[in-house]
Amino acid sequence: MPKLAKLDCPDIMKSEESALQVRGLTKRFDRLAVDALDLNVRSGEFYALLGPNGAGKTTTLRMVAGLLRPDAGSVSVLGIDALADPVAAKQITAWVSDEPMIYDKLTPLEYLEFVAGLWGIEPKISEPSARHLLVSLGLEPHLYERCEGFSKGMRQKVALAGALVHDPRLIILDEPLTGLDAVSARHVKGLLGDRVRSGCTVIMTTHILEVAERMADRIGVIAAGRLVAEGTLTELRQQNGHNDTSLEDMFIALVDTEAAAA
Amino acid sequence: MSSTTALSWFARHEIRLAWREWLAMMTGGRRKRNRALIGLLIFAAVLHLPAYAVVGHFADLRFPLDKSSLIVLTATILLAWALMLSQAIESVTRVFYARADLDLIMSSPAKLTNIFSVRIAAIALSVTGMALLLSTPFIDVLAACGGPRWLAGFGVVAAIGMSASAMAIAITVLLFRLIGPSRTRLVAQIVSAVIGAGFVIALQIAAILSYGTLSRFAVLTSDAAASFAPGSESVVWWPARAALGDGEVLLLLLAGSLLLLGTVMAIFSPRFADTIVSVSANAAIVNRGAGARAFRAGTRKQALLWKEFVLLRRDPWLVSQSLMQLLYLVPPALLLWRSFADSSAALVLVTPVIVMAAGQLAGGLAWLTISGEDAPDLVATAPLPASRVTRAKIEVVLIAIAVIFAPLVLALALASPLQAAATASGVIIAAASATAIQLWFRVQARRSQFRRRQTSSRLATFAEAFSSIGWAATAVLALALPIAGLISGLVTAAIVAATWKISPQRE
Repeated sequence: MPKLAKLDCPDIMKSEESALQVRGLTKRFDRLAVDALDLNVRSGEFYALLGPNGAGKTTTLRMVAGLLRPDAGSVSVLGIDALADPVAAKQITAWVSDEPMIYDKLTPLEYLEFVAGLWGIEPKISEPSARHLLVSLGLEPHLYERCEGFSKGMRQKVALAGALVHDPRLIILDEPLTGLDAVSARHVKGLLGDRVRSGCTVIMTTHILEVAERMADRIGVIAAGRLVAEGTLTELRQQNGHNDTSLEDMFIALVDTEAAAA
Repeated sequence: MSSTTALSWFARHEIRLAWREWLAMMTGGRRKRNRALIGLLIFAAVLHLPAYAVVGHFADLRFPLDKSSLIVLTATILLAWALMLSQAIESVTRVFYARADLDLIMSSPAKLTNIFSVRIAAIALSVTGMALLLSTPFIDVLAACGGPRWLAGFGVVAAIGMSASAMAIAITVLLFRLIGPSRTRLVAQIVSAVIGAGFVIALQIAAILSYGTLSRFAVLTSDAAASFAPGSESVVWWPARAALGDGEVLLLLLAGSLLLLGTVMAIFSPRFADTIVSVSANAAIVNRGAGARAFRAGTRKQALLWKEFVLLRRDPWLVSQSLMQLLYLVPPALLLWRSFADSSAALVLVTPVIVMAAGQLAGGLAWLTISGEDAPDLVATAPLPASRVTRAKIEVVLIAIAVIFAPLVLALALASPLQAAATASGVIIAAASATAIQLWFRVQARRSQFRRRQTSSRLATFAEAFSSIGWAATAVLALALPIAGLISGLVTAAIVAATWKISPQRE
């Protein structure tokens, strides 16, 4: 199997304009989950958010997607204040969680029809787009089957197609490759790569460091609710002082340092 | 580990699981277990009061009884048996489809016939245990007022519990053989939902057709029923005789039930494994939805309404539950139809039945649409305010209620416009109240958890039931005695308001 090349994103697609700007984001449950987090993701960028379990990655992204109300801080999505005008922010944002939540009694096409309807997309645009997405994710034989018999991987693909059918400008994915086989994972990565190349911004959490290493333009490492490192792979290596270190080694070193400091 | 040790170990495991499931159901999964248990004990003690009102004056009954009394007692035991059968079918279906440990058991080196014998016994035990719990206040009252001979009632409950479980296992496994695993699930759910109600409804229909009344006792105590009934020494009366304290008959009944359960275990335990294998082999059966068609154009609200209606239509639980609610409407509809021929005074009984059914159905539908959202993140991240989503879901409930109840109200309007107006108002208010209660107590859950909706909040369940009963009483009293109707309406409105006051949504 050929190695997946790092996305070759034309610079023209990436701008200094922020797709996502988070300032002082704070959320407390029983303990502090996100601690005055600042995050800046540029437009047209593939940004990977890494961190150990319980670091606050999912909480951060759920607040950005409008699923959780932060205790403090601000979230700006392509210049829109997501806390003041959540509807406008949601119109251009897509969210895919690690646990695919779809309707068992709908077919993939019906699910995408519903999603397109919710986002107010005209059927003449959404229908061909829905079919294209499902076919490109390998779901063509299952277009008219109800999702109740689908495997987790198939459900994840339907959820992903649903997130893309309204052509979002910011795609937020929480562990999207969980449960996918190698072929499906490649499909998904290819689809996300296409979106980034067309100017879309992708923010993704993952525990598969190889994916972050190969696909992400920039990587953020979060621990105990705070951003402890950020940059391109090269920049992270320079920060770590070892030019030949793997991302896995750097990640473990960073997390260990944070744990020791705590 | 010897096979006997393994078997007793597995039996302990099953009992522990059953106990925890029961506890979670009773406490709604809350951690304050002791408080919940004390509450349950108080509730059980309080139940002795209505039990006294219902059965207190029967405490002096002794065998031999007259035919009518024997028929009523036997029919009551038969109804209890039908309800246990319904619960047992539901439990057996869950064993096949919903137990998470089947893969572990099937892949273990344990002897499957033994394992499934234990599991069948566990089903019988849980069904019987629940029935014993519910019947305790009634038997206590009878024993306290009529002597310890009534304690034989516990034996009768155990006997019918075992026989109902045995029958449920036989029915479910035979359904597998006859119609296959994929259809059995739906059919078994529908059968379990309607089986208990069906018995009462059949008696009511017979009463309406013969005597023009909704009371099922009219048929049971009729001369016609007595003339068809066998002699007092017949086996048919054994359950009634055993309940009245005939020890010899009780022992025979218990022995017969044990034999039946043992036979079912011997015959069906080896087939359980085959059946489970065929269920998992058919788990991937493709359920094809609608074929190719163009996407619908419409507003976001229309998209939400379309999704809710499609999901309601395709939900087997809802189909069976709605069918049960609608079955309860058959007798009043029949009474309504008869009243066109002779202007029966019994027609007024139609109103509370319709209003109560509307409240109960609206509560179920509201839970499915408001709490039972399978893709909460999708709906929450959609670019429309949460209030519009909620409004669309409420509209779905009210439209469904209108579609189901409008024909009945219209038919009633032909017989009595005033009664139709009172009934329509009752239906609207009862449905709105039940929907509001579900909205105030909403807890995010998957639609497949519908069975457990009543345990997620005991308070919401009771409030919903009291509200439906209250509005049903208000509607009928408004017709018969307006001032009493007004008082009943104010009391029910106060119950609904108090429910809102203590609901989590208000905090």
